[in-house]
Amino acid sequence: MSADEPDVIMCPDGPMLLRGHHRVADESGDVFETERPFSAVCRCGKSATRPWCDGSHKLLRRTKPA
Amino acid sequence: MLPAARGRLSEELFSALVANEPLAGRSFPQAESRDDEQIALWALYELHYRGFDELDADLEWDPDLLRVRRDLERSFEDRLRSWVSIPDAAGPVSEVIEKLIAVDDAPSIARFVQRRATGDQVRTVLRHRSIYHLKESDPVSWIVPRLDAGPKAALAGLQFDEYGSGQPSRLHHRLFAEGMRAAELDDTYGRYIDDAPVEILELNNAMSLFGLHRRWRGAGLGHLAVFEATSSIPSRQMAQGLRRLGFPEAVAHYYDEHVEADAVHEQLALRLICDVLVEEEPDQRDCVLFGAATCLELEARYARTVLGEWDAA
Repeated sequence: MSADEPDVIMCPDGPMLLRGHHRVADESGDVFETERPFSAVCRCGKSATRPWCDGSHKLLRRTKPA
Repeated sequence: MLPAARGRLSEELFSALVANEPLAGRSFPQAESRDDEQIALWALYELHYRGFDELDADLEWDPDLLRVRRDLERSFEDRLRSWVSIPDAAGPVSEVIEKLIAVDDAPSIARFVQRRATGDQVRTVLRHRSIYHLKESDPVSWIVPRLDAGPKAALAGLQFDEYGSGQPSRLHHRLFAEGMRAAELDDTYGRYIDDAPVEILELNNAMSLFGLHRRWRGAGLGHLAVFEATSSIPSRQMAQGLRRLGFPEAVAHYYDEHVEADAVHEQLALRLICDVLVEEEPDQRDCVLFGAATCLELEARYARTVLGEWDAA
C-alpha cells in the first residue's frame, strides 16, 4: 500500500470510508464484517443501519467551517 | 421490441430499421418534438445495450445511423447547455457538487411516496424508473477504460458493488426485476418504454450520451456523484412508502439496499472518483460539474412533471 492510498478515509461531515475487508466492532462489542468493496461506517451516531452509514448525517445541522 | 414512434422522425426511422432498408444517403425528417427526438435517440442507444430482436445486430455501428444519432445528440446537447449552467466556484468539485445538491429545490417524489402516494401512483413511478433500473449502472461501465488508475480503481469498486460483488442475486438490476415481479409488474427489459414521459427518456439518454462519448467522461462521473449523493435518504423514504402501502418486501428490499450502498457510493463518487479525476485532469472540472448539474436538472424536470400530474408538487 502506498502512502497516498489510505484504507480508512474520514469524509468531511460524513462517514468513515473503508477500503477492502474489515471487521468492525460497534459500541456494544458486536462485530460486523464488511461485505462490499468499500464500506461507510457511521460517525454521527444517527444511522438506522449502524455500524454502517445510511446518510442520516445529512439531516443534522452541518458543522460550520472553522 | 422497438418502442412506438412519437413523431415523423421516429416513425420513418423505425420503419426503415424494421424493413432493413439501405440507409446510405437516406435523409430523415427533423424531429418534430422532444418526444420524437428522444424516443429515436433512446432506440439508437439501445443498439449498444441489449439491441432489439427484430433488428440486425450490425446496425449498432452502421455509419449512416451513427450520423442520424450524432444530429440528435447535438440537438440534445444544445438543449442541456441551455438548461444547465456550470457553477463558477472554487474548491474541490466534491464540495461544489454538495453545495449544488444543498440548494436544489426540486420537489421530492420519494417524500410524496413516503407520505401520500397511492399504490397506482407508486406503480407508475416503478414503471418509469424501470427504464433505468433494469440496466442500472450500465451506462457508467463504459467510462471505466477512459480513466487513469486512481479514479478507475475506485469506479471499478463502485461498479462491482452495483453488480452484486460477483453474486447475480445481489446485482441491483436483478433486485429491481424481482421487486417488479413481486409487485405484479412485467420485468421484461424496456417493457414500459411507451409509458415513459419525455423527461424519463432525457434522464436515460443523458447517461448514455455521457457514457458512450469519451469527451463526456467527466460529465458521466459528475452525474454519477449526484445520482448517488441524492439516493440514500430518498431510498429510505421510498421503502417506507412501499411498506405503508403494503407492497411486497422484495420491492422495499431494492430500496433498503440502496440506503446503505449509496451512502458508500456517494463518498466514493465524490471523493475518490470526481475529486481525484479533477486533480489529475484539471480540464475535466467543468465537464464534471456540467454532468452533476444535468443530473439535478433532469431529475427535477421529471419530478415536476409526475408530481404536477397528480397535483402533488
